[in-house]
This record gives sequence, C-alpha cells and structure tokens, in this order.
Amino acid sequence: MSNKLITIKIGGEAGFGIKVAGATLGKVFLRLGYEIADYTEYPSLIRGGHNTTELTIGPKIYHVVRPINLLVALNQETFDKHLSILSDDAGIIFDPEKTKPTTDKFKLYPVPFGKILKEIAGSDLMKNTVALGATLAVLDGNIEGYLQVLKEIFGKKSDKIVNANIAAANAGYSFVKENLQGEFPYKIEPQEVKDQVYLTGNEAIALGAIAGQCQAYFAYPMTPSTSVLVYLSKHGPKVGMLVRQAEDEISVINQAIGASWAGARSMLGTSGGGFALMSEALGLAGITETPLVIFVSQRSGPATGLPTWSEQGDLRFVLHTAQGEFPRIILAPGDQEECFYMTAEAHNLAQKYQMPVFILSDKNLSEGGKTVTSFDQSKIAIEHGEVLSEEQVKQAKKYLRYQVTESGVSPRTLPGTENGLFTANSDEHNEYGYSEEDGENRIAQVDKRARKLETVAKEIPKPVFYGPNNADLTIVSWGSTKSTILQAMESLKDKSVNFLHYSYMWPLGTAQFEPLKKAKKIMVIENNSTGLFEGIIRENVGRVSEFNFRKYDGRPFWPHEIVKKILNI
Amino acid sequence: MQTPDPIKPESYNSDVFPTWCPGCGNFGIWAALKMALSNLKIPPHKVALIFGVGCSGNFANFVKGYVFHSLHGRALPVASGAKLANSDLHVIAIGGDGDGFAEGLSHTIQTIRSNVNITYIVHDNHVYSLTTGQTSPTSLKGFKTKTTPEGSFEYPINPMALAISAGGSFVARGFAGEIPHLSDLIVQGIQHRGFSFIDVMQPCPTFNPQLSYDWYRQRLYKLADQGYKPDNRHKAWDIAQEEISEKIATGVLYQEQRATLEDNFPQISKTALVKKDFSGVDIRQFLGQFK
Repeated sequence: MSNKLITIKIGGEAGFGIKVAGATLGKVFLRLGYEIADYTEYPSLIRGGHNTTELTIGPKIYHVVRPINLLVALNQETFDKHLSILSDDAGIIFDPEKTKPTTDKFKLYPVPFGKILKEIAGSDLMKNTVALGATLAVLDGNIEGYLQVLKEIFGKKSDKIVNANIAAANAGYSFVKENLQGEFPYKIEPQEVKDQVYLTGNEAIALGAIAGQCQAYFAYPMTPSTSVLVYLSKHGPKVGMLVRQAEDEISVINQAIGASWAGARSMLGTSGGGFALMSEALGLAGITETPLVIFVSQRSGPATGLPTWSEQGDLRFVLHTAQGEFPRIILAPGDQEECFYMTAEAHNLAQKYQMPVFILSDKNLSEGGKTVTSFDQSKIAIEHGEVLSEEQVKQAKKYLRYQVTESGVSPRTLPGTENGLFTANSDEHNEYGYSEEDGENRIAQVDKRARKLETVAKEIPKPVFYGPNNADLTIVSWGSTKSTILQAMESLKDKSVNFLHYSYMWPLGTAQFEPLKKAKKIMVIENNSTGLFEGIIRENVGRVSEFNFRKYDGRPFWPHEIVKKILNI
Repeated sequence: MQTPDPIKPESYNSDVFPTWCPGCGNFGIWAALKMALSNLKIPPHKVALIFGVGCSGNFANFVKGYVFHSLHGRALPVASGAKLANSDLHVIAIGGDGDGFAEGLSHTIQTIRSNVNITYIVHDNHVYSLTTGQTSPTSLKGFKTKTTPEGSFEYPINPMALAISAGGSFVARGFAGEIPHLSDLIVQGIQHRGFSFIDVMQPCPTFNPQLSYDWYRQRLYKLADQGYKPDNRHKAWDIAQEEISEKIATGVLYQEQRATLEDNFPQISKTALVKKDFSGVDIRQFLGQFK
C-alpha cells in the first residue's frame, strides 16, 4: 500500500451540485477505507459564478493538499482557472463540446457529458454524475460503490431518478474505459476499512449539541453557521430538541437566554455579523449568570466582508464583546472530532459555571468535510451544575440565588420551584437579585462572577503538543488551522519543529501558557491580518513571538505554504 | 413560607416598596396585576414575569415571582424563550411604550404573529419617563419634550391597529386608573390560549401631566357597556382607528382562537421541554448518515 495522496478538484457553475458531487465522491472513498479531507469554495450567490470542491484522499491525511492531481472541469472556467495548481502529471476531465483545451501539458480526458446525457435522456443537471463516473474510471476504481451511494441519495425521491443517475454514472465510466485507455499515475487502491465518519465541522457541532443534551437551539440563518440550524431543524426533534429560527439575532440570543433561565440547555448559532447584534444580550447572560452556549462561525469581516470565505478575525471580538467586565469561556475546536466533543463539553461548562461559553469555528472548519474516528458518546458525561430541587431549597433557610460563594458559583433554582424565587436582573443586584447600587455589594458581585473564571482556568486542559518534545522551533496556532499544520508537519519530520495547538482559548491560566515559556522560538500561525492570538500571548505572558505567518485572503493555509515558510527561516 | 395560603394580592409584594412618583399610573397596573394573579390563584413560583427597562421595568423589584429584569426592548424574546422551555409556567411580559414600540418594535410584531401563549402588558404613558421626559413612539403630535422642544412631529404608533394587523389573537386596551377593569382584562389575557396583548393607558403626572387621569376619563368608554363582541377583526379595526385624542375604547377589541407557537412543536405539546428526560439521547442513530 503506497502512501500516495490524491487530490481531485471538481469545478463548475453554482447550481450544478458541485459541493454535493464532492461529498458523494468522498463517501465512495470513505467506504474504500480512505481518509478524506475536502474543501469547497463558492461565491455568495445561488446560480452562476464559480464553485469548486477539492478532495484529498490517502491512507493517512489531515488536510486537503495541493497541487491537484485530477481536475474535473464542468465548464471552461474551471479548465482555465486552475492550471497553475495542477501537478505535472495531473489529468483533466472535461467536455470537449463545451470546453476548448488551452493546454496539452496534462493528460486530457475529453468526455462529452452533454452528448452522453442526450443519449440516455438524462437532464443537464446530471453532468456531475457522468463526470464522477468518468473520474472513477480514470482512477482505475470500480463503479459499484458509487452506484450504491447514488441509490442511497436518490432512493427517497423516485426509482426514475435513481435509474437515470445510475445510467449517467455508468455511461461516464464506460466512456472512459472504452475510449480513453492509458496509464494514469494515480490509482484507487484498496485500504484497510476503519470505523470512520466523514462529515463537516458543522455537522460534528450539531451532533455534539445532540450528544451534549442541548434542549433548545435558536438561530437566524447566516453563512457559515446555517448548516447547524438546518441539520438540527431536521434531526433535533427526533431527540426532543426544540429548534427555532427567530426574527433576528437579537431575538435569537434573548430567546436562548429566556429558555436557559427557565431550565433548558440552550444554544445559539451565528457568524460575526449576527453576533455583533447580540452584544448587549451577551452581557445580560453574563450579569444574570445564565448558562448559554454560543456557536460563532467566523467569516471574513468586517460588515458583510467576504460572506462565503474564511477568517480567524473574531477572537478578540468574542473575548471582549459587550460593555462592562464579566467572565466567558471560549473554545475553538481544531478539527471535526474536537467540534463534536467540545460542543458537548461547552454545554457542561455553561451549566457548571453559569456563563456564556463560545464555540468559535470558521468557514474552513464549519464547511470542510473530513474523516475522523467515529464518535463515542460514552466519553461524554453530562453535567448539570448546581441546580437546587424543591427539597434542597426547603432545607436552606433562606435561598439567595446570587449568594457570594468562594468558587463564585451560586446554586440555581429553576422557575417553578417552590420557595426558590429570585430575580434575574440586568441591573447590578444583591444576593436575591433586587437592583442594588451600594458600592460594597457591587464589588462583591463583580468579584464573585470573576472568581468563576479562575475556577474554570484550573479545570480546562493544557494546549496539545504534536511532534518532538524539544525543538528549535515551535509552531503555535489555534482553532481550525490545526489540520493544515499537522499535514505540513508530515513533510517536516526531519526538521527540529514541533507544534503547540490551542483549542481552549479563554480563560488562559498559568498551565495553558507554561509550554510557551519553554519553547525556544515560536511562530504563531493564524488566519487574520493583525495576529490576534499572538497579541493575546504577548499581553498575558509577555512572550514575544520570533516569527509569525498570517493569511487573510479568505482562503485556508495550504500545507505546502507552511512547509515553505518554515524552510525559509 | 414564601407562598401564604390562600393567595392574596399581597402574596406578590416583594421586599421593596415601589419607587414610582406619587400618582404614577404604574401603581394601578401593579395593583391590577397582583389582583389578577390572586384571582386566578397562581402561586408566585408558577409565574414568570419578564420586564423590559424603564419605569415599568423597575416594577421587577416590586413584585414577587420568578422575575427576569431583561434589557430595554427585549422582554418579549426572553419571555418567548422561557415559555418554550417551560410551557407549564404562566409567562407575563411587561414593558413600556419605549420597550414595545421603539427599541423592541420588531419583537412586538413578531411575537404577536407567533401567537406564543404569554401575556404582554404595555405601560403606555406616551413619554419616556425614566430618562426624565423625552418623546415616545406613542407621543401625541405636538407634544413638547426635552428632545422635541417644538413638539413631537412624527405620526404616533397606534398599538391597537398594529396588534390587529400583525395577527393578534387577543388585543385589548385598559386604563391604569380603573384597577378592577384592568385586572379583569389581565385575567382574560392570562386565560386566553395564545398571545394576549394589553396596552394600558398610563398617566405620568411628572413628565406627561397634560395626559392626566381626568384627560383620560373624559375620553374613555368601555366596549362591554355597548354590547360589543370582540369577534370581528374589521369592527375591531374600526375601533382602533378612533383617535385617542378624541375617544379611547377600553376592553377586548379582538379575540380569536388559533394555534399557538407551542402547538407547532410536537416535542413540547405533551410535556414541557424542561421536564423531558434527555438522558437516553443516543447519537448512534445519526452516525449512519456519515458512513
């Protein structure tokens, strides 16, 4: 079994099912035992424009790699636009009736998609099905796995659609086998089949919410967070979850706060622009100490920015949102696996510490698909925090919701509990919850809330080291850049480089910073233009990074870019 | 014991006596609400009272129950969320004309159309008082305030017409100076299955002395006295068009039965969300989609 990675890029107009084609092909490879990572680019429109999806497959992979080995061009633009990122031995599948080859440098596979579809009376929308059939033939795979996936996808629609797609796939496959023989250096090879799931970050977050026993999810559609709302709208009710699209983001967060106050494990989803509208209410959750899980998937800002592209530009924003000072927890999962487990954990943390807990993702992670070890729910223990029952309240002589405690956490009651009355108050309040402007009380309540964060800092894990224990250079990153850097590390095995990845972003206690102090030289890599995390490190531990690598063109870091950057220092 | 038996209006008194000005209409609404809750025998721990910010929001400190003093304009979404989470609670949202018709206007419209089964009481004094006297969306044209020294110039919002056009299933107007009548409206509102909207004419002797108790009394008339039946949206609309500077109808303008927001969520139709057992949730049923 070779270690060879294969990257396939499919491109065409929006509306031609490019993303679905990528995910479908991924599923075929998943069942052959491959590991897969995918990456999709699309403009903010419904029809037209240029959509692409790329997939890297191999026995062991972390992230999509370039160059591209096989380009599937559903239109002329795809053919022309990506020639510079093809490997020298790459192949191009295209429709010779629609696309004029502008080069003969690569191995060309002219497959007349349109003509084939006419012969089998298929619709033009099935171009990608013909193309994927052809793709499997070029890669010397068999067609059966693909036909099975098509049956599963279209089975619910009608036999007619299933049969038409199967005919299209077979036609594309046979055309290549019969007419375009010849050696292509990239071939599908049987792999050892593992217990994997192939899913996007958002799908993993949605599953994590279900596993974390989230009871209510509120959102207003906004790319790239929307797919969590869509997934949960369909599947959440199967486990009893209430999923609601509210009229705007301000309503979203306030409904989530109301639901949480009333006792439901609540979560909301948005992106930076929507979260900006939630600023004031974030403080409301803070001062009323209402548990809340906030999923923010970043895209390039400010304002509308690049709506369908990625950036890690909102770390400081979620850290400092809203007037006044109050504690919050920020988690930034690094890959699809962390998306799942950390979302469940976020619900536990919110309940235990009665504060907002962020899950900070971005377009690259939220919409990127990847294979990960299938999820094990038994690793998740549900925690409810200190919630007093009617019996427990009776035992307490006088119940005070905002009692000043050593840990800062004051036991809650839920509305409906006899003798457990209190006021959740956006005004500063006394221990019962009544508005109180006394200075000593103010200090006691501010300090009580702040102490909770000190307790959290002691509980959350340290950042994770990858690579050798001691190295001349330590790469430091956070959130979604994890997979890219791990992929790059595969090519840096003979260099003295290791990698420190943060997914617990706030609070950062001594334990979280300790590894940074030991590192000889550090390079902070992040998808933004001003080095947000680099600044946080400098501010909190006085550690000035020797190097940094920033990217803010809306695209992810590619592994080869990181390798090059490190080899050049 | 926090819940004396039998329940009396005083059962809802908090430890804090109201800080409203002498003669403030809020006292009347305060009394009417307590009377309504005690008439319905709802113990304080079964009622969730969600407040906005303003003089009406300060009410949060003067009443006993599960109280949430939220942000300016945001009482309704907090209340909707609480009701969706625990439909066994009696949820009442309380705010002023600034909360409901300025800062939170979109929530007012959207919550009315959602028909969530809660009650919304608006303390409508046609002025901003906690900020010491500025114009409000319901201020009458020409009303001189600190921010409209030449008089308010925009067309006032008409809460009754607004609620009817947004699909209100219970649209009513009360007067803070007629406590038993207002209390009865609140009782009807709480008993109504769906969103009950009660706009309360509230005199503010300090910052809107022109609209005094007498000013209102000269214009008020009770719909019930005229044998009015609130079952026709067109008739209700006609009443809503009466200029309040001339005549002010009180009572229920319109009421209909239709599905509530909660009815659209089968998962909470039988058991409140917070009372459902989620411990058996198993994600394995979903993993197959990704294999």
